[in-house]
Amino acid sequence: MRRIRLEAEDDVDGWRGAARALAAARVPAEDVVWQVGDHPTDLFAEDAPLPAGPAPRVPRRFLSIAAHAALHRQPERFSLLYRLLLRLQSQPHLLEDEADPQLRQVEQLARQVRRDSHKMHAFLRFREVPEGRFVAWHEPEHHILRANAGFFVNRFTNMKWSILTPGGSLHWDGETLLDGPPARRADAPGADPVEGAWKAYYAAIFNPARVMVDAMLKEMPKKYWRNMPETALVPELIAGARKRELGMIDTAPRRAPVSLDSLREEAMGCRRCPLWQPATRTVFGEGPPDAEIMIVGEQPGDQEDLAGRPFVGPAGQLFDRAIAEAGIDRARVYVTNSVKHFKFEPRGKRRIHARPNAGEIDACKWWVDQERRMIRPQLLIAMGATALRSLTGRPIPVGQARGTAVPLPDGGSAWVTVHPSYLLRLPPDADKDAEFARFVSDLRQARVSSFGAKGV
Amino acid sequence: MLAPMVPPGHEGAMALLDTTQKLSILADAAKYDASCSSSGTRDRNSRDGKGIGSTNGGGGICHAYAPDGRCISLLKILLTNSCIFDCHYCINRKSSNVRRARFTAQEVVALTLDFYKRNYIEGLFLSSGIIHSSNYTMEQIVEVARSLREDHDFRGYIHLKTIPDADPALIEAAGRHADRISINVELPTVGGLKRLAPEKSEQRIEGAMGQMRTAIEDGADARSRYRSAPVFAPAGQSTQMIVGADAATDRDIVHRAAHLYGRFALKRVYYSAFSPIPDASAVLPLRRPPLMREHRLYQSDWMIRFYGYAPEEVGDAADPATGMLPLDIDPKLAWALRFRDRFPVDVNRAPREMLLRVPGLGPRPVQSILSIRRHRTLRLEDIARLTNSVKRLRPFIVTADWRPLLLGDRADLRPLVAPRQEQLELFAA
Repeated sequence: MRRIRLEAEDDVDGWRGAARALAAARVPAEDVVWQVGDHPTDLFAEDAPLPAGPAPRVPRRFLSIAAHAALHRQPERFSLLYRLLLRLQSQPHLLEDEADPQLRQVEQLARQVRRDSHKMHAFLRFREVPEGRFVAWHEPEHHILRANAGFFVNRFTNMKWSILTPGGSLHWDGETLLDGPPARRADAPGADPVEGAWKAYYAAIFNPARVMVDAMLKEMPKKYWRNMPETALVPELIAGARKRELGMIDTAPRRAPVSLDSLREEAMGCRRCPLWQPATRTVFGEGPPDAEIMIVGEQPGDQEDLAGRPFVGPAGQLFDRAIAEAGIDRARVYVTNSVKHFKFEPRGKRRIHARPNAGEIDACKWWVDQERRMIRPQLLIAMGATALRSLTGRPIPVGQARGTAVPLPDGGSAWVTVHPSYLLRLPPDADKDAEFARFVSDLRQARVSSFGAKGV
Repeated sequence: MLAPMVPPGHEGAMALLDTTQKLSILADAAKYDASCSSSGTRDRNSRDGKGIGSTNGGGGICHAYAPDGRCISLLKILLTNSCIFDCHYCINRKSSNVRRARFTAQEVVALTLDFYKRNYIEGLFLSSGIIHSSNYTMEQIVEVARSLREDHDFRGYIHLKTIPDADPALIEAAGRHADRISINVELPTVGGLKRLAPEKSEQRIEGAMGQMRTAIEDGADARSRYRSAPVFAPAGQSTQMIVGADAATDRDIVHRAAHLYGRFALKRVYYSAFSPIPDASAVLPLRRPPLMREHRLYQSDWMIRFYGYAPEEVGDAADPATGMLPLDIDPKLAWALRFRDRFPVDVNRAPREMLLRVPGLGPRPVQSILSIRRHRTLRLEDIARLTNSVKRLRPFIVTADWRPLLLGDRADLRPLVAPRQEQLELFAA
């Protein structure tokens, strides 16, 4: 058994020199004990001189992996690296085989050390002490302090600073770098006047509308928190976030009549689904911007498509008659469709109405939501399955929901009735007058529910 | 520290705010800019300088993470949140009731240096509301960068947001001091811009981006010939668009981004899921789009930049009817499920481009596969070691000892390969 004594935990050069000589002499890995400082690791090992031999050859990448992995806190790292070095002598392409378990193990060590260095660059915090000196207390996981001195010297060249860690310390006076003994937390200053501003910045730059705690913890695990002043704010920021977001929504203004026109103008160029291609134009909603009632239908028909206005065809005429009978003033209603383009199948010279599918309804829902948002009606009425699907986002049979108010996912509710075109397509034996009366009664009931018996 | 100068027309009360109060207001106002990147510039250090600061070309450093999961790399603030424009999506628009504040150039310089010395930040990302005129505002922004670089020999990272209408000479000066320049296109569609930012024009924005591209390329060209030529925005230019405030579909957005990358040689296109802002304009949607949508758009961005997909191909991954990318699975998987005839891919034979299309194989494992197969054939266990979840990958690959059965015809493929629902909840809006 042969004992190799290394100067310190981060004595990468010592390891490299010894490993090179051992590999040249083909000493098996099992016969080597690596020891840092004077801590004996194996009582029976001896410090015998090494026989000479041709220097081993390794790819450059191995040196880079080894330089990092050797700083890992795991005690077996030196032995593991030496094992890999020996294997490289007989398998020169070993480093190209990333699926090799031993190589993966060493690469993982190197990766953890690189991450620890990166987090040191990121999370180390200086505090200013009198005489304009900056002192940091940092607790790295691996033996990376001296290996990272260059980063801080390059960055803070014209500053006087010290980095204190439990494993050692570094001191820079603007010209020379000194290596110091291990330090304690109490040796570092406990506060800094600029920290208040930094915390204010941290709290203000956080967007409460998008809390993603897991994403934060993945990159900034809690083990680093105790040396980062801003992390003290995290719990209260998360706790207050939902409240702040709701505040944003609550203070949103309620009406903006002017903007409806520009929304309509924007909708004229809508390409959210392919229905715009065969259709003549977008048929947008119509009515006063401060309407108290908003009624949503299915989609424009042949006549609406040509006229560019909703509810002007046969179903529209029926609809006008029904709301008049229900005691609703048409001039105070905003009427619109769930789908804003006419979907049809050409049959001869005629264009036959075709039902919009769920994808088309969802694509157009964006516009309906915008209209709702701007109109903010006191009463919302969904006519037919398409409107119900658009407003609720799920398929609900009209027969089941008719005459009731269904709750909507974003709050609020919609009264449900049939689409007037349903009345036009009744089978010949149906009682058309009774169905019409029922439609009127649905509308009246909705009106009364929101405005009482006296009307709108 | 100098007393802040209050320009005519601005309330005197502003001067009474202290630095920390101003910082709170002006950082709050800046947080809707998604970018906080400090990467992509040249290597610099302060060894031969009089000041402080360094950058390492490759990657930036995130000095902290906020509870919204975003990286804090730069001091990201506005010079002022007063603005003569009235863009509806912007919290700082003229008609908004937010509290206004204004920093002097020297206050920003002092704050940047104070933060930098304590290792809180990599540098500064400065933007501003427009006060008086575009040129006046741009002069102030440039003065901050000039003072940091010339008076303090600051060698950290500087990102300046420029104003499209400002004098080209000012934009030129900004590029000399900054690492990165950005000009926001704001909204993915012209209709949206017209409705939500009536004073901005797509033509002017794209015109400024075109000039910036020329200036950056001229600068790089001059540097390649004369070592003493001045550096011009070495980290290039980027832009941002807001997602969910206008009617653009994911397919529209991906195409717009591809157009911008190509035409203006952008380093990055950032997406910002529109989030409700205090004192919102009534023109905006009340509900935010799912944050997952933003995430899917970033993934599609990566597909184009690192996986060799054409923008049209990413569009193919979207739902043909709605033009939206699926929220429950990533766009690369969506593409694979739509084009099942391209799979399975033989990991021992397929070219790099095809390996990159296997859902679950990123550029790193693909590189490993290519280097391993020069020496031996790969088995399924090798793939398992190189990736996180071989189970999801299996239906798409062939190895020496594995061949999937009935891939193209399986109706239940999607539930097999899609991530489980519980995991999604973490991101759900």
